[in-house]
Amino acid sequence: MDAALVTSSIEDIEIQLLLEALYQHYHYDFRHYARASIKRRLLQARAQLGYGSISEIQAAVLRDSTLLPRLLDFLTVQVSEMFRDPSYFRALREKVIPHLHTYPSLKVWVAGCSNGEELYSLAILFHEEGLAKKTMFYATDINPTALKAAQAGVYSLDRIRLFTENHQASGGRSSLSDYYTANYGRAVFDKSLCSQVVFSDHSLVTDAAFAEMHLISCRNVLIYFDRELQDRAVGLFRDSLARRGFLGLGSKESLRFSSHADAFADFVREEKIYQRTGP
Amino acid sequence: MTRAIVIGASAGGVQALSSILTALPPHFACPILVVLHVPQRNDNLLVELLRARCLLEVKEAEDKEMLQQGTVYFAPPGYHLLLEKNMSIALSSDEPVNYSRPAIDVLFETAADALERDVTAIILTGANHDGAEGLRAIGAAGGTAIVQDPQTAEVATMPLAALAACPAAKAMSIDEIVLHLRQEAA
Repeated sequence: MDAALVTSSIEDIEIQLLLEALYQHYHYDFRHYARASIKRRLLQARAQLGYGSISEIQAAVLRDSTLLPRLLDFLTVQVSEMFRDPSYFRALREKVIPHLHTYPSLKVWVAGCSNGEELYSLAILFHEEGLAKKTMFYATDINPTALKAAQAGVYSLDRIRLFTENHQASGGRSSLSDYYTANYGRAVFDKSLCSQVVFSDHSLVTDAAFAEMHLISCRNVLIYFDRELQDRAVGLFRDSLARRGFLGLGSKESLRFSSHADAFADFVREEKIYQRTGP
Repeated sequence: MTRAIVIGASAGGVQALSSILTALPPHFACPILVVLHVPQRNDNLLVELLRARCLLEVKEAEDKEMLQQGTVYFAPPGYHLLLEKNMSIALSSDEPVNYSRPAIDVLFETAADALERDVTAIILTGANHDGAEGLRAIGAAGGTAIVQDPQTAEVATMPLAALAACPAAKAMSIDEIVLHLRQEAA
């Protein structure tokens, strides 16, 4: 449909203005996030933070930077679990890892790492497959609170059962309990898993490539972007990958609609694992 | 004019959905979006089953695809299904709503927002309250709200909750729903 025919309610105009304000004042750019989910989250934020309108949030956050982290938590809500979609990790283990064994050193980027579940899953997988010592991990996100949580590696114990089942289903060669200490209802993951992890603030919307990667795992992040922004992010992954490097996406994400699709080949099609091929 | 039909179903929903979708003709002049609660680890065999039995095209919804007439889009297991104003699909892996992901409320609320009065929403059988808030939003935006008659539903909880939240909704049997849809988008 012609964009000009799309009617804007007052709420939509307010959302547009809030996103513009966040960009101009704080350089957080949500302007090309998929609008339907960002709207749902902003309406949740309005209700839970107790504001009467989106415009009131805008006025408040522009003048009070302490509100920003709370707003970011709504805008970047990401829900993950360790070894989510075990078949993805099984495919990495069986099909990708053998290739990675041939390199003297490795770089792995977990883009949009949120609270770190995906990072710890990969760190444990690499440990089990004997690659941990030669691998440098980069875990990036735009939300500083999430990055801190990822660095801490502390998860509620009631999630551990699911994590353990997923880990076993992914072909785990050890017990997940080897990697954490449980106390006071929490599981604290072993700090040694993070000894070769760089945690960093990085935006797929505004920042550039920063190293040459052998594997990029970015799952269930692109679905939150509009097509234009998805294209930018995929272009960034292309520029960041070594030739024959691997890109893993979420189970419902694909490069089908991307203008950079030619730079990648299906590697494990059903698990959305791609290999960098072309120019 | 209805530009999309959204349907939510839970317990007993496979049979009810199947009765509706198999009764619709090819070239049906509307896209149909469906949220059906299924156990998360259960791959969407239902899509395969219905694809074989329907005259309409039936598929699992893909992120960012544009809606086509005469196509039925199912929310993938584990993902919310959202409708954008430009008639494209967005998926999300946000936390469950009403303990459900996909959640009917999420589809219906975004459809109400995107299409206002130009949407028809249907709540079928189910044992929970998902979809009630969404149907209220559909009604408030001027869209057409339909609920499977609780007396004819395999499980009446979800239709009753939807009727309570959206008193303007019309209660219909499966046959009446089919008739209504055929008239609306023949």
